[in-house]
Amino acid sequence: MAEQEQAEPIEEEDEELPAWSLPLDAVGGIALEDPLAGPIDREWAIGGATGKSVKVCVLDSGVDPGHPRVGSVAGAVAIRLDEDGKAIAVPDEEGDLCGHGTACAGVIREIAPDAEIYSVRVLGSGFTGSGDVLVAGLHWAVEQGYDVVNMSLSTTKRRLGEALHELADSAYFKRTVLVASAHNMPVESFPWRFSSVISVGSHEEHDPLRFYANPSPPVEFFARGVDVNVAWTGGTTIRATGNSFATPCISGIAALILSKHPQLTPFQLKSVLYQISSNVGGQR
Amino acid sequence: MNDRTDELRSAVAAGVLAADEQFGRLLRSIVDVARAIFGAKASSIMLLDPDTEELVFAAVSGEGERELVGRRFPASTGVAGWVLSSRTPLVIEDVQSDPRHARDFAEDTGYVPKGLMAVPLLDEENALGVLQVLDRPQRSRFSLQEMELLGLFAGQAAIALGLLRSAQRARAALGGDGDVAAVAGVASALDALEGSRRAAGLSLLRDLEQVLRQN
Repeated sequence: MAEQEQAEPIEEEDEELPAWSLPLDAVGGIALEDPLAGPIDREWAIGGATGKSVKVCVLDSGVDPGHPRVGSVAGAVAIRLDEDGKAIAVPDEEGDLCGHGTACAGVIREIAPDAEIYSVRVLGSGFTGSGDVLVAGLHWAVEQGYDVVNMSLSTTKRRLGEALHELADSAYFKRTVLVASAHNMPVESFPWRFSSVISVGSHEEHDPLRFYANPSPPVEFFARGVDVNVAWTGGTTIRATGNSFATPCISGIAALILSKHPQLTPFQLKSVLYQISSNVGGQR
Repeated sequence: MNDRTDELRSAVAAGVLAADEQFGRLLRSIVDVARAIFGAKASSIMLLDPDTEELVFAAVSGEGERELVGRRFPASTGVAGWVLSSRTPLVIEDVQSDPRHARDFAEDTGYVPKGLMAVPLLDEENALGVLQVLDRPQRSRFSLQEMELLGLFAGQAAIALGLLRSAQRARAALGGDGDVAAVAGVASALDALEGSRRAAGLSLLRDLEQVLRQN
């Protein structure tokens, strides 16, 4: 992926033409290997995995690249709206304006030490239009073809909900896994409710690899999100609580799975997550 | 609903809404109770000023209550800015250094919190501000029940703030020389009438309404 040296407008993409039907003589040409053959357990899914070669995007407040819990950041852009209100991506020189993105990146690094972490900053360039910047940032991330996008944030704007829904579906078919924080307040927010994303809430245990499948969605998985020791600005660490910190646990685990099984679609990945959940077939 | 209808509805509602001062007391009560519930050193409500893109301290209980009300800082940075922009609650503790979240507190009060709970104040799809609870006792690890309680409490505060915003909009509309102020002036004059003059006034207004609707 080429690092962006200057502001680059975020363009509408040209979709590759999908197959709308399956003629009889084409059937022989679509034989697929079964990526889920054999017993699906934790050893099969993540045993020995490090997240190597998996591109994980942190869509957040930026990432402090020098933080010892984060290590190297493979690329960082900030999304802004130009004078005409058009979204652009510029190289991010500012790092993290809050600490939150660094925290998420640190959690991902903890679980998937060899994953390639990219930062797409969608916060900090003014409050007005922040929802549009969020949508543009996700658009950018999907366009780049990241394997996993961590979204520990949401918007309550219904107008943006529709755009996010389309982007989430687009990501799903392009094999970009969106992992989104569930809202723990009684409000309508997006994109975590969409079935094409993986939504995450918190449990109170300490093990970052312990996670549960929720029998009562829309929250689909619960991961470590309470009293978590996380990276913060200025090279520090803090203790933090919130679904924000449970989400990168699942992003990290998704990176582990994809580093062993890169052919998995988001649908298959979610099935594997379910299969190895601590309350289903997991050993933790 | 368009803005004009919203203004009219707000203007009508103003008749039953209490004064700004009472809402100020309500906000103060909310931060007092939030502070008491969590046994915290301080609690505050910050409101978004959309014109300047700043968060403004609207009510403070405990540390900083004398200095902070009215203070402003950018709405898109720091922990409060993140909570507002991302619509997501956040709890951080054991802050050791680089307390960016506490800069505004520290500059004005010399008080640097070691931890804070921050939750967005959401009125339907609009983010109105942030409720913060600073330095709860470190007696135990934070629990999901506390997080839920914080969220519920913020929901209540957001309802109060939504009412306050309606009242402020209504007051602004009634105080100007625009359409709404003209209608309110007529309504006020009618309300002051009694007996046959009131009936005649009402009849006149109904006729006027019919004329206005004809085109």
